[in-house]
Amino acid sequence: MTPGSASRVAARVAGAVFVLWAVATITFFALRLIPGDPALAVLGGPGSQASPEALEQVRQQYGLDQPLAVQYAAMLGRLLSGDLGQSYALKVPVADLLGAQLPGTVLLALAALAVAWLLALALALVSTGAGRVAASLASSIELTSAALPHFWLATALIALFSTALGWFPPVSTGDLGGLVLPVLTLAVPLAGFLAAVMREGMLDALAQPFALSARARGESAIGVSLRHTIRHAAIPAVALSGWALGTLLSGAVVVETIFARPGLGRTLLQAVTARDVPVVTGVVLVVAVVYVLMTLLSDLVSALVDPRRQAVAA
Amino acid sequence: MSELELRTVAVGARPRVATVRIGTVLAVAFALYLLLACLVPDAVAPQDPNQIAPRDAFSPPSPAHWFGTDESGRDVYSRVVFGTANSLLIGVAATASGLTLGLALAVLAAFGGRVFDFTVNRTIEVLFAFPGLLLALLVIVIAGPGPVTATLAVGLSTAPGYARILRGQLLAVRRSGYVEAARVLGHRPRRILGRHILPNALAPLLVLATLGIGQAIVWASALSFLGLGALPPTAEWGAMLSAGRPYLATAWWLTVFPGLMIVLTAVASTVLGRALTRVRAREGATQ
Repeated sequence: MTPGSASRVAARVAGAVFVLWAVATITFFALRLIPGDPALAVLGGPGSQASPEALEQVRQQYGLDQPLAVQYAAMLGRLLSGDLGQSYALKVPVADLLGAQLPGTVLLALAALAVAWLLALALALVSTGAGRVAASLASSIELTSAALPHFWLATALIALFSTALGWFPPVSTGDLGGLVLPVLTLAVPLAGFLAAVMREGMLDALAQPFALSARARGESAIGVSLRHTIRHAAIPAVALSGWALGTLLSGAVVVETIFARPGLGRTLLQAVTARDVPVVTGVVLVVAVVYVLMTLLSDLVSALVDPRRQAVAA
Repeated sequence: MSELELRTVAVGARPRVATVRIGTVLAVAFALYLLLACLVPDAVAPQDPNQIAPRDAFSPPSPAHWFGTDESGRDVYSRVVFGTANSLLIGVAATASGLTLGLALAVLAAFGGRVFDFTVNRTIEVLFAFPGLLLALLVIVIAGPGPVTATLAVGLSTAPGYARILRGQLLAVRRSGYVEAARVLGHRPRRILGRHILPNALAPLLVLATLGIGQAIVWASALSFLGLGALPPTAEWGAMLSAGRPYLATAWWLTVFPGLMIVLTAVASTVLGRALTRVRAREGATQ
């Protein structure tokens, strides 16, 4: 690694740290805008008729009697040590709660990302260079899939595959069969976006002289696609991975709720409804960390897949 | 990267693939149908959307009830038609608030000097770290659920995407030859801004708004579906979906048809947005 590229990587990492700090700060101060006494929220909301002594005790326990600046500093300090505070509603450490929910959501998101990539690659490979009809058909499929909202796709899949055909359970069981519909729900719309971007990249690559010269050397059309242009399809799609994972995590809110699947998304929705501030903050931070890391990673992978960028960096 | 940017970027104004000519016609037809459903729902819907008929409850789709009936025997198609105005209003209002906020940020970045440009860019970057509905959910935690909050929350979530696109547009126009020429001719900055930069930079607003309305409707209905936006018994597509959810196993038509309207609206919005992009690209080429 040359000094130039090392400093570029350092700048990207510093940028990522800044974004995470800003997300934590915005979330902290934004959630202070919630009307009402947070101590009362801990004790079960306005209807709980908590005694002044109990309120005072909760204020002390959660540090709510301290000045805002002190609370903010304490929050940052705790974050650095991985402590996300205590859930108002469930009275357990948020880090434990989220730690238990994270694997299910990560499995769901990664499976959906993989399926979306496969679907998109298949569509892009089949439709490029196969004539005008195939191109417009592919374009319509991409457009429609990309427009499918998660909540509708999920209900339609349940109506078809659970209620009518009985192939998959409508509610997530722990096994693989219960994963199929949630993964498809998340993967299909994402595949629509990815396929459009991949096809664009492949068409551009096929129009390049190297594609023609490979054909002239006697490689088959499929051979050219698989050996040469697929790389060009992958570059923009890899660059989108951060965005893709973000939409998957946001989609998990809807999908986990519909399929009654335990996970970060359902935890977030419950926390939003109950105004459980520490849990909301925790999920927002976890998602931001995943998003920022993924964006960083996809930048680095893009440089690996794309030799032109290495040449610039070197 | 935002969903909206993808919708615009992926188009790439590629005139050699003649795809959606038929699609454009269908999209225009569907948009006209939606407009009619907004303005004169009585003429489009076969029934009063709130007329109950307990004996006909949960009828599946039939010639008498195209989209079936709900738990009180109300005609789902009529409710979908009467819900159009609410759903479109939410979409338009969310898009308008998102565009306004995005435009304000973009103008600040493009004309406020280096410090503002840096600040706005970092702000956009940070807002992107609240992907999808996350920012909207945060707003709802603070302000509480409801249709107005949900609309503004969706607007806020779309603002960073708009801001980034518009900032690029403003900068490109500011550095263009004709602005340079106007400056050399000695026109005052305000005149250059008003006569040259803004009209050219803001021309794609219509395209952005068209593309954005579909997305805004989808996000707003997602919030309604989760019980955080418009609530039943309002005839609004997302609220209808949410109301039909408990009956998913027995009466799929309660959720599938209102959802289908959302899907068709989103597709039509993308198709029309792309058609407008092509028109603009062609105009740009002939100029």
